[in-house]
Amino acid sequence: MFFGKAKILRSHGWQYIPDLDAVTLTEEFRGFPLLTDSKDKSDIERAAKICPTSAITTAPFTLDMGKCLFCGECQKCAPNNIKFTNEHRLAATRREDLVVKAGQTAPKFDTSVIRPEIAKYFGKALQLREVSAGGDCSVEMELNATGNVNFDFGRYGVGFTASPRHADGLVLTGPISANMAEALDICYNSIAEPKILVVAGSEAVSGGLYADSPAVDRKFLDKYHVDLWLPGAPTHPLCFIDGITRLRAKQKK
Amino acid sequence: MKLYYITNNTSSAVAISDIPVVEYVDLYNDLKERMKDVRYHVGHYFATEIENGLKFYLILLDDMSGEVYITSFVPDYYTQGLASLTAVHQQFHPFEREIHELYGVPFDNHPWLKPLRFPFDRRNRESTMDSYPFYTIEGEELHEVNVGPIHAGIIEPGAFRFICDGEQVLHLEIALGYQHRGVESEMVRNQNRLRQTLIAESVAGDTAVGHATAYAELLEKLTTVDIGDDLRLERLVAIELERIAMHLADTGALGTDIAFQLYQVVCEALRTVTINTSQAWCGNRFGKSLIRPFGSNHPLTEEKVALIRKNIADVRRRYNELRTDILESHTLLARFEQCGLVPKEEMERIGGVGQAARASGVVRDIRTTHPSGYYAVGISHMPVIKGDGDVMSRLATRLDEVLQSADYIEKVLSTYKPSGNIPAPNYEPALQGEALSFSLIEGWRGEICHVALTDKEGNIAKYKIKDPSVHNWLGLAIAVRSEGISDFPINNKSFNLSYCGHDL
Repeated sequence: MFFGKAKILRSHGWQYIPDLDAVTLTEEFRGFPLLTDSKDKSDIERAAKICPTSAITTAPFTLDMGKCLFCGECQKCAPNNIKFTNEHRLAATRREDLVVKAGQTAPKFDTSVIRPEIAKYFGKALQLREVSAGGDCSVEMELNATGNVNFDFGRYGVGFTASPRHADGLVLTGPISANMAEALDICYNSIAEPKILVVAGSEAVSGGLYADSPAVDRKFLDKYHVDLWLPGAPTHPLCFIDGITRLRAKQKK
Repeated sequence: MKLYYITNNTSSAVAISDIPVVEYVDLYNDLKERMKDVRYHVGHYFATEIENGLKFYLILLDDMSGEVYITSFVPDYYTQGLASLTAVHQQFHPFEREIHELYGVPFDNHPWLKPLRFPFDRRNRESTMDSYPFYTIEGEELHEVNVGPIHAGIIEPGAFRFICDGEQVLHLEIALGYQHRGVESEMVRNQNRLRQTLIAESVAGDTAVGHATAYAELLEKLTTVDIGDDLRLERLVAIELERIAMHLADTGALGTDIAFQLYQVVCEALRTVTINTSQAWCGNRFGKSLIRPFGSNHPLTEEKVALIRKNIADVRRRYNELRTDILESHTLLARFEQCGLVPKEEMERIGGVGQAARASGVVRDIRTTHPSGYYAVGISHMPVIKGDGDVMSRLATRLDEVLQSADYIEKVLSTYKPSGNIPAPNYEPALQGEALSFSLIEGWRGEICHVALTDKEGNIAKYKIKDPSVHNWLGLAIAVRSEGISDFPINNKSFNLSYCGHDL
């Protein structure tokens, strides 16, 4: 029995990623999209037409990452206009910053709107309560993965806690099903001030495929201030880690 | 009179005019006898609105012959209720409950005619999440434990109510519906096939490949296109990768719950390798975007084949070391063995499917009983069957299935030469009109069934999805009876059922 476990440990080796900020994902990963406008709009129009969540507008040419499910189909329709890069740092502090414009070279992260008390209170430790409201379980599994043996976000004092009473903020996933809307509201209001609200996954940010579904009730997001928007289907663990890290960093004066 | 149209899982779609429209009483009498034989179980059973009422469709699976029986009826349920099939064969319970909840159809003598998922288009608007009629037992010694809808971990919501005598669970009732997003109605909101594919991928994010394959096969059956063996093979690799990844996740989760940290972290690391392999293949760790109808945007290349083979061989070797140790760890066995028993007869009674059913000794695996895709041409699948029906058996099926899936991937890829002939996906195929198409896929959790009805123009007019969880949630409730309430987590993890896949 002992030798069995020793053997497993030896095969397991070291798994943690020493520098989470230095990671570059595989070329295949679809992250930040680069948009190039062109005179001939026909390709862009085809891409906009097939987009399942209507994330693309043609005039002006934009792509809303908050709606985008990163399926990559638009890139196939308009290879000269849309190119997904492997940039996974997609977090934004304002919803409108998720809308990528033609010619934009990097995601926009506006630190000026971050409340100063976030760094003050949560800079050293941050415990979050996650609520899935119609999520399809993929973002939830990626959030779980942030604490696993590879990413180990816990080393920076960030983790997930069971009770909202112990939490410093809420992470919302899913398009907010009407049947879950009340429980979500109760949970958010059970968290003591000061607190943060993080919205993870394109389905949570915009409703995604279910934005127009009568089974969805998104009033929650009209009522409360969101501190961090994280697109993705699902949000990559490193996107979450990067967003949270920048949100609670001390801002240079 | 002919009661059924008989087909199988590889034939093309069925013209609606070929499906017999029978008298309910004849069907009821036939099913009452037929379903006593465990070779039959319900694939899907649903109602759809037609002019002046409802038309019911039943898809019945024969696990011995591989045949699929399809029938329909247009009952006069306004003047007389329908005799409940659940009263004689309990595996009908979620289907009759759904029909009752949506359309108000009365089922006489149904023993458990409770709401299933509180959909937005339910018949009785008075019935809400907060008014779920939980079963109660009176008694001074008893207490109730209510859990949810929000649970302690990062998981989906559902309400669990235990009735306990001290530490011992007498009864568990699970109320779901919190995850209801209106998937089936969104599926027919418009005819954008890419959108439909993505909805299929989001039915249950942990089974993105399984549900997308079910959608793709369903669509392909509505045409005369032959997708070719190369694409079938690549889909097999994709779904077996998903099976490995999720079985690893569940093995690790069981380790977490018994504070066996080594075992947890090793599974986490191995799962990362597996899903990063998916990411290197298609850009998404869950295999979203990998499965597309009639073609692929990510056909394998020689480099990718080599990468998958190398990574999966490594995962297999390291998982096997863990597997050997698990089977020798007596403290682990003491915890998992004889806990959460679901005997074979119970599993058959409730119509259990997938690896949970196989852990109880029920031979139910679509890859063997109703093979389609590459399973029908290139792999002769032998299901992993365990007999005890306890937590350990449900773990042991996973232990063996990971190795089996890894062997299948190695078997098909070792001789595979990517030809470059796999076409791009087609989102605008002409579909057969007025037809019923169904697909059956063995996802990692079990049997996935998608059914579509097309109208005259070949548009998808009705779409029904069945995730294996629909059958198996009752299995979890049965498993914890008479167990200590502290054993609930390991039982829950040993099933790992989908909330969103159930609530749709």
